[in-house]
Amino acid sequence: MDKVVADADQAIEGIESGMTLMIGGFGLCGIPENTIAALAKTNTRDFTCISNNAGVGDFGLGLLLKDKRIKKMIASYVGENDEFERQMLSDELDVDLIPQGSLAERCRAGGAGIPAFFTPAGYGTEVAEGKEVRVFSGKPHILEHALSADFALVKAWKGDRAGNLIFKGSARNFNPVMAMAGTITVAEVEELVDNGELDPNAVHTPGIFVQRIFQGTEFIKPIEQRTVRSRS
Amino acid sequence: MALKKEGIAQRIAQDLQTGWYVNLGIGIPTLVANYVPQGISVEFQSENGILGMGPFPFDGDEDADMINAGKQTVTLLPGASLFDSSMSFAMIRGQHVQLTVLGGMEVSDSGDIANWKIPGAMVKGMGGAMDLVASAKNIIVAMMHTNKGGESKLLPACTLPLTGVKCVSRVVSNLAVLDVTPDGFKLIERAPGVSVEEIQQATAGRLVVEGEIPEMVL
Repeated sequence: MDKVVADADQAIEGIESGMTLMIGGFGLCGIPENTIAALAKTNTRDFTCISNNAGVGDFGLGLLLKDKRIKKMIASYVGENDEFERQMLSDELDVDLIPQGSLAERCRAGGAGIPAFFTPAGYGTEVAEGKEVRVFSGKPHILEHALSADFALVKAWKGDRAGNLIFKGSARNFNPVMAMAGTITVAEVEELVDNGELDPNAVHTPGIFVQRIFQGTEFIKPIEQRTVRSRS
Repeated sequence: MALKKEGIAQRIAQDLQTGWYVNLGIGIPTLVANYVPQGISVEFQSENGILGMGPFPFDGDEDADMINAGKQTVTLLPGASLFDSSMSFAMIRGQHVQLTVLGGMEVSDSGDIANWKIPGAMVKGMGGAMDLVASAKNIIVAMMHTNKGGESKLLPACTLPLTGVKCVSRVVSNLAVLDVTPDGFKLIERAPGVSVEEIQQATAGRLVVEGEIPEMVL
């Protein structure tokens, strides 16, 4: 198997206005920054974006948001992006905020052929409005449906030509479950290697979930909250 | 005297027990990690995919690929492990985490909590809070007893959109430790120098005061 494409521009071929996109990452950690930057250069718009966060003003999904190219956002926490909050409060952006664990599991379910599942998260809150409630072992649960996407855009540390992926540190986050749920999953990696160079025991996402892979360049990897302790 | 944020965190840390896996929310809860008592061994879970989270890195060692749920740079301790978001919430939903500490805007005397939205004014999202409060057996809320306007945050019923219902087990505020019981908030301890009357005045929800109420020992 060889799923390598030349660059981010080739990787996003076929992404059209109005599509549903999943974008991996948590905050700015582990986001497909090359892919988002390439998408930002196109004239596509009206996306439904599924991502835990919405980037910051001028990075990550913030690049699409500031030009109002996102029609609907499905996320769990958007506190880092003032423009997002402004568009949301002024009804310029359709937003579905859902619990983080439900978001992750809905993506996983979408990739795993499970149409819906019951979870206790959100019961008794506005998240539960309009959703079926069932009691299991005396505890109420709400029905959450699987999510899927036309394209899933993920980022990994290492990958091989067959699309096998290894993530690093806390940059794994939503990337593996979103990789499973994309009709076409695009993976950008910091280090692209030949098949056989990754230890199969160490692969986090098997290549079957990845349709296109490319070597990313000039990763910026901004740190949102730089917290350190002194050496003295 | 009312406690500062550090004092609230220090008091919560006294509740930690060896062997527990603990999830700390953003804000005051994060500070709890700084006050783990001598001889107590716990592991901190960060819902973005870390078990065995350690302190902030030394200046110059920070790694953009190693952050906590508050997006702060952190380190790993020996014995740590890393995983994806789905597995992280399997730990949480599956009740493998023994204690959750999170901040609150309002807590009701039946244990409801609101901490994610002020309609028309502030919408940041619930993050992992709804999953955490829906499943954890032991939930401590760390917060100031009153808001900036001096109004009680311990109420008969929450006025803001809920994060979870009947889930909070304990509130540790700048004034007191209170447990949520069927009869309302039960006063367990007072902050040093804070009187029962001050706590009563600052608590709008039902408050149960039985016998002598000891001061916290920090």
